[in-house]
Amino acid sequence: MKRHSRTAMTLSILCMGLGQLYNRQKAKGILYLAIWAGLIYLTATYVVKSLRGLITLGETPTGMVKVGRLYQMVEGDHSIYLMIEGLIGLFVLLLFIGIYIMNVRDAYTNGLRMERGEPTVGIIGGLKSVENQSFPYFVLLLPAISISFLTVMPIVFNILLAFTNYAEPVLPPANLVDWVGFRNFSNLVTLSSWSKTFFGVLGWTVIWAILATITTYFGGMLVAVLIEQPAIRFKKFWRTVLIIPFAIPNLVSLLVMRNLFNGLGPVNLFLRNSLGLEGVPWLTDPAWAKITVILVNMWIGIPVSMILISGILTTIPRDLYEAAEVDGASPAQKFRHITLPMVLFSTAPILIMQFAGNINNFNVIYLLTNGDPVNPQYQYAGHTDLLVTWLYKLTLNHQQYNLSAVIGIIIFVIIASLSIYNFRRTRSFKEEDMII
Amino acid sequence: MKPRVVISYLILIILAAVSIYPALWIVMSSFKVGNSLYSESLIPNEVTLEHYRDLFLKTDYPLWFMNTLKIAILSSLFGTILVLLTSYAISRFRFTGRKVALSTLLVLQMFPGFMAMIAIYILLLQFNLLNNHWALILVYSSGAILGNVFIAKGYFDTIPRSLEEAARIDGASHWMVFTRIMVPLARPMLTYVSLMIFTGAFVDFIFAELILRTEEQRTLAVGLWRMVSQRQSTEFTLFAAGAVLIAVPITILFMFLQRYLVQGLTAGASKG
Repeated sequence: MKRHSRTAMTLSILCMGLGQLYNRQKAKGILYLAIWAGLIYLTATYVVKSLRGLITLGETPTGMVKVGRLYQMVEGDHSIYLMIEGLIGLFVLLLFIGIYIMNVRDAYTNGLRMERGEPTVGIIGGLKSVENQSFPYFVLLLPAISISFLTVMPIVFNILLAFTNYAEPVLPPANLVDWVGFRNFSNLVTLSSWSKTFFGVLGWTVIWAILATITTYFGGMLVAVLIEQPAIRFKKFWRTVLIIPFAIPNLVSLLVMRNLFNGLGPVNLFLRNSLGLEGVPWLTDPAWAKITVILVNMWIGIPVSMILISGILTTIPRDLYEAAEVDGASPAQKFRHITLPMVLFSTAPILIMQFAGNINNFNVIYLLTNGDPVNPQYQYAGHTDLLVTWLYKLTLNHQQYNLSAVIGIIIFVIIASLSIYNFRRTRSFKEEDMII
Repeated sequence: MKPRVVISYLILIILAAVSIYPALWIVMSSFKVGNSLYSESLIPNEVTLEHYRDLFLKTDYPLWFMNTLKIAILSSLFGTILVLLTSYAISRFRFTGRKVALSTLLVLQMFPGFMAMIAIYILLLQFNLLNNHWALILVYSSGAILGNVFIAKGYFDTIPRSLEEAARIDGASHWMVFTRIMVPLARPMLTYVSLMIFTGAFVDFIFAELILRTEEQRTLAVGLWRMVSQRQSTEFTLFAAGAVLIAVPITILFMFLQRYLVQGLTAGASKG
């Protein structure tokens, strides 16, 4: 009798449904057989063709073909359609494999049940178990579909683009796109026209992320410490007023700032009329533009750090400060040896994530300076462009889809390594059931 | 008062002035006569509501406003449902594949947010489906899962298990536990998440600029950006009025949400 489950499994591996029939489950066996036939048909007609399209990305180009005496425009293959069809084919194939494994497992477990003399689980029983074990899968179905089609598939598609020559002037349907391996990656680093821009923009992105994180973090800490001093009154009022820049939507405040720092705007007007100074080219001079984006980012970012650090300040035990006072510590010493280490310790993971967030800080740069002033030595980038804004411009304005995908992958690698490092560190600190 | 306290007050006053000035300036500009950026003083000599009237009568602002409202409400609705389903399943059940699901969500969060958006843009461009509001709604709702799932999960983690166990013993199905017990208990979190998605969709610029092509389909964010980048010198005060109308409701909303926002930030940190 021991052999029964094995036989059922072997039969199901050979052909879906046979094991179920062997287990004397007619309806289920026939259903699986029908699915098997459908999938074989689908594979033969669609999956193989679409996977072939994914590999070749099209073989017949669009062009003039002589038909009889006349030349006629004949539409060839469209590489991008083929690529998407290939992805869908791949998806169907994965689904196929999933159902196949489910079928083999079902044959095996029901075989085991028969050996033990228990009743087998039929279609209705299987659906009933939705109520018990499968409820989470049922709940996750909708989110899973939306994430697969609107996040995972597009990201996979974008990653694939990095390995093609899909960029102006090679644009379908007029041209066929080809796989080029890692050529885009090596071009970005070795081809002088691209590498100059890439390393320049990368360098500024790193400098920007470091400066933006440090200025907002320590600015926020300074403000929080100022407000939390025992001698300061109306704490709630100060906190509410200083939070305003955070509450105004970024989009609006950045566009307003763009006008404030305009050459004829109120900031320069104030400098000229009230202080008798020369106006400053805030947004038009390369060096000044960099200073301006950092300043404006401080205006937007300090409030967030302020609320965060205020919250931590209240959790520091008072007796620590009292003990320090007894020992005769000055306010500066108390800050340096109690406040700073305590705050740094509990906000370290947030600090790292803010750094990662600043690498991706699209809004501040794009809405404030648009990446300008233009750098004539760069390809399609300005002095204040970050990798993300450059990527955006490469796609939207210059149709360099493959290079923008390469840059996307590079950003992913940077952010992913930061997050993984951070994740490991925090997990070693506290062993909670927070995540896994 | 000690000099240290005096200096602290001075710094706070300067910081408060810097924080408020841009908001005050744009509000004042929106009431100013004329249309130029330049002004002699902060408080205008003459006050007019003309720019607000022009905004509604001479530009497509009302149309943009309705577009934005439609997109934001629908995204908020769908997005909240998706976040609710995902976070509930992940928080309350220990099922096979849970770890895989969690790590997938974590990894997906690490991709630059609009890498997927750009791919969707290229796809829609190829299929000639650009300039469609549904593209925005679907992408915002689906993107909301990645942005809010860990905050929502953290909230569900705090609801005691004994509640649903008691209900289950009394014969309630999973579905009843979910709809009758969990959803009502999660109402504060759902409010927070839906408002976050709403404001996110309301002010999003990146994806809307990629997708929307014609004047009638535009959202407020794209419309305002165009006003500034293309006609700033001539119609500055009009922009000011438009900016004030967007900023006022959202600013008030955020001031109310402040407390939750801090919790959200710290929850975001522990997830890594």
